[in-house]
Amino acid sequence: MPQYMLLIYTPGDGPPAGTNPEESAKWFEYTQSLIDAGVHVAGDALQGLDTATTVRVRDGDTQLVDGPFAETKEFLAGYYVLDCPDLDTALGYASRMPNIHYGSTEVRPVMDMSAVFAEAGQGQAQAQQ
Amino acid sequence: MSGERRLGTDDPAAAVELAFREERPAVLATLIRHVGDFQLAEDAVQDAFAAAVATWPRDGVPDNPGAWLTTAARRRAIDRLRRTRSLADRADRLAELARLDAQEHRPDALDEASAVDDDRLRLIFTCCHPALALPARVALTLRMLGGLTTGEIARAFLVAEPTMGQRLSRAKRKIADAHIPYRVPTDDVLPDRLRGVLMVVYLIFNEGYEASGGDRLVRGELCSEAIRLGRLLARLMPDDGEVWGLLALMLLHDARRAARVDPAGRYVALDQQDRSLWDQGRIREGLRALEQALRLRRPGPYQLQAAISALHVEAPSPEEVEWQQIADLYGALARLEPSPVVEVNRAVAVAFARGPAEGLSLLTPLLGDAALANYQPLHAAHAELLRRSGDREGAARAYTRATELTSNAVERAELERRRAAL
Repeated sequence: MPQYMLLIYTPGDGPPAGTNPEESAKWFEYTQSLIDAGVHVAGDALQGLDTATTVRVRDGDTQLVDGPFAETKEFLAGYYVLDCPDLDTALGYASRMPNIHYGSTEVRPVMDMSAVFAEAGQGQAQAQQ
Repeated sequence: MSGERRLGTDDPAAAVELAFREERPAVLATLIRHVGDFQLAEDAVQDAFAAAVATWPRDGVPDNPGAWLTTAARRRAIDRLRRTRSLADRADRLAELARLDAQEHRPDALDEASAVDDDRLRLIFTCCHPALALPARVALTLRMLGGLTTGEIARAFLVAEPTMGQRLSRAKRKIADAHIPYRVPTDDVLPDRLRGVLMVVYLIFNEGYEASGGDRLVRGELCSEAIRLGRLLARLMPDDGEVWGLLALMLLHDARRAARVDPAGRYVALDQQDRSLWDQGRIREGLRALEQALRLRRPGPYQLQAAISALHVEAPSPEEVEWQQIADLYGALARLEPSPVVEVNRAVAVAFARGPAEGLSLLTPLLGDAALANYQPLHAAHAELLRRSGDREGAARAYTRATELTSNAVERAELERRRAAL
């Protein structure tokens, strides 16, 4: 079954995760509905942007930047990974996200690495012949 | 379709060409369901047509070219899967295809026809999936459901052929990689998704109808493709009023295509058109489709626009157009889908029905709207109504403004002519 990652974006001025009990209750309820539906694989909320550190290594030099990869109006606040038969199902769950009316959710299919490995293995086998 | 298929079947080359036009979308739609991959299905169908070119002249044209092509394409798909796909990915597919291939019993013709219809509907909804960018939806719909080549689609939309090729293959890759489902949407989202399909079809039509540039022949082809798709949708989803409404609207507009431009290429306004150039066959079919829509008693924007168009073509002469009814229909349209386009048209209709002063009183608030300052049709309509109310100076200023905002040479010439005639 394909897996999808739902990347949860929230505006910078939105309520910080976990500070609003009413908000938290909605997220718990939503997560529970995913577990009950049998689609929940993983999911987490992330600490705020002011805790982010961005790392790059350029010419052997490790560069650290205090802050996110890119300054945007909306920032990545958390994610879910879901087992869904197709994109429509994943989009359906995304559209019920508690913050969907003021934030946005990017839905990305997770790459099926077993197929990639199988193809790579086949390529190697052909190369050896 | 089965009625037309018999044409030219004595000549194998013509039969292949006819099958390509008539059967390709249906064969493709079925094969996509069988193999679960747009690109593989397209390649296999291409192979099947190549096989037809090679064998039909030798063995004769099969009784049911569509079924022959589907079977041939499925076998080519099996070959291609065996050769190119990784084992993990292809095992299930191959098993399923082998099962289908072994199943050589012929279901009765009715079952077969309804399965083909279901597949076509799946294909329409997948090509028009809102997770694809709008230009990709338009291109994919024309490529998979219409008879146009990538090169023809590129020329119609004034982009380079490689660009169009990339747009199409990117869309097909997204369908495969993101697992966009190959099915008719569930009831909860169906109305919304159907509106999206109709929008794509209407966009294809308008791209052909608004001759803003490009190859005129190819553009006419876009109108025909859109009408063909509209007919197909009306056959597959006959209980939706808007499906019939869109078909009626396209037919009634297309009926006037030949009369819209004079031999010198100049734009001809509706009331100046040579009515003998209107296509009566299109008009009859359009009016029938509109009747069909109205019988379902669920009015919508396409039906209202078609009804307006019908009042224009049904009037015996430009002087006898029922402007009050048209103004009322625009009023209903404005309530369903408010837009400046509708408001301008309503003002013009009201001016014809009850005099230029009343029309101008509807236009005046729009003229104060900063968002519409560069909206050419507003200024063109304003000029026209001022002229008819006797305000020559005001009309001249408005014509000048409208001319400045026009990029279409045919339209500009017409506005300049009207200004000079004041």
